[in-house]
Amino acid sequence: MATTLFYILALVAVISTLLCITRRNPVHAVIFLVHTLFALALIFYLLGAPLVAVWEVIIYAGAIMVLFMFIIMMLELAPTGAGEGIGGHHWLSVLLLSLAILGCSVGILTLDPGHSANLPDFYATPAQFGYALFHHYPLAVELVSFQLLFAAVGAFYVGRSTPTREGAP
Amino acid sequence: MIVPIGHVLLLALILLLLGIACVLARRTLIMMLIGVEIMINAAGLVAVAGSALHRQLDGQILAVFLMAMTAAEVAISLAMVVYLRRRKGTIIADAFDGMKG
Repeated sequence: MATTLFYILALVAVISTLLCITRRNPVHAVIFLVHTLFALALIFYLLGAPLVAVWEVIIYAGAIMVLFMFIIMMLELAPTGAGEGIGGHHWLSVLLLSLAILGCSVGILTLDPGHSANLPDFYATPAQFGYALFHHYPLAVELVSFQLLFAAVGAFYVGRSTPTREGAP
Repeated sequence: MIVPIGHVLLLALILLLLGIACVLARRTLIMMLIGVEIMINAAGLVAVAGSALHRQLDGQILAVFLMAMTAAEVAISLAMVVYLRRRKGTIIADAFDGMKG
C-alpha cells in the first residue's frame, strides 16, 4: 500500500514540477509548486518523518509560497507581457544537459550495489525528533535563530523605501 | 515502506534537474528563485530518505535546518527582487548587466 502511494506521489511531484517550471504566469507556477510540496510532504510522512512533513506544509507551502505570492502580486508580475515569455531559445540546450546528467546519474546509481536496498520501516515520533534536535544540536539551533534574525535585518535594509545613493546623506 | 532507496534517489535527482532547468532557462528572477526552491526540496528529500535508510534522525534534522535556511534565503532574495524592480523597472535577469559580465 505504502509502495503504491509512494509511486503515485512521486508521479504527482514530477508532473506538477514540470507544469510549474513551464508556466508563463508566475502565480500559476507557485500554485503548481504548492502541489509539489504537498506531494513531497506526504512522501516525507511515508519515509517516517511526520514532523518534517507537517513543517513542509506549514513553513514551505504556508509561509514561503505565500511570501512569493505576495511579492508577485505586489509587483504586479502577473500576467507577464508577450516579451517576457518562458525563454524558448534556451530550453533545448537545457533539456540536453539535463538528460545527459540524468543518464550518467542513473548509470552510477545502477552500478552501486546498494541502490536496491529496501528502506526499512522507520518512524520518528516528534518527541524523539525534538530530543535529538535539542540534545545533539543545540548550537546549530542557536545559529539558525541568528541566521533568521540577520535575514530579517537584511531584508529590512534591502527593502527600505528610499534607497540611498552614493554621496547622499 | 517497501521502496528501494534507488527510486527515492531517482525522484530527488529528477526534481533537482527540473530545478536546474528552471534556473537556467527561465528569464525572470521570480522563476529562478522558484527553481532554487525546487532544488532545495530535492536535497531535503535525499536527507529524509537517508535518515530512514540508516535509522538515524540526523537526516530529518538536516531537512529542518534546510527549511530554516530557505526561509532566510527567500526573505533576502525577495527583498532584493523588490529592490531591483524599483531600480530598473523590470525583473528580467538580462537587464542587470551593469558589471558587463
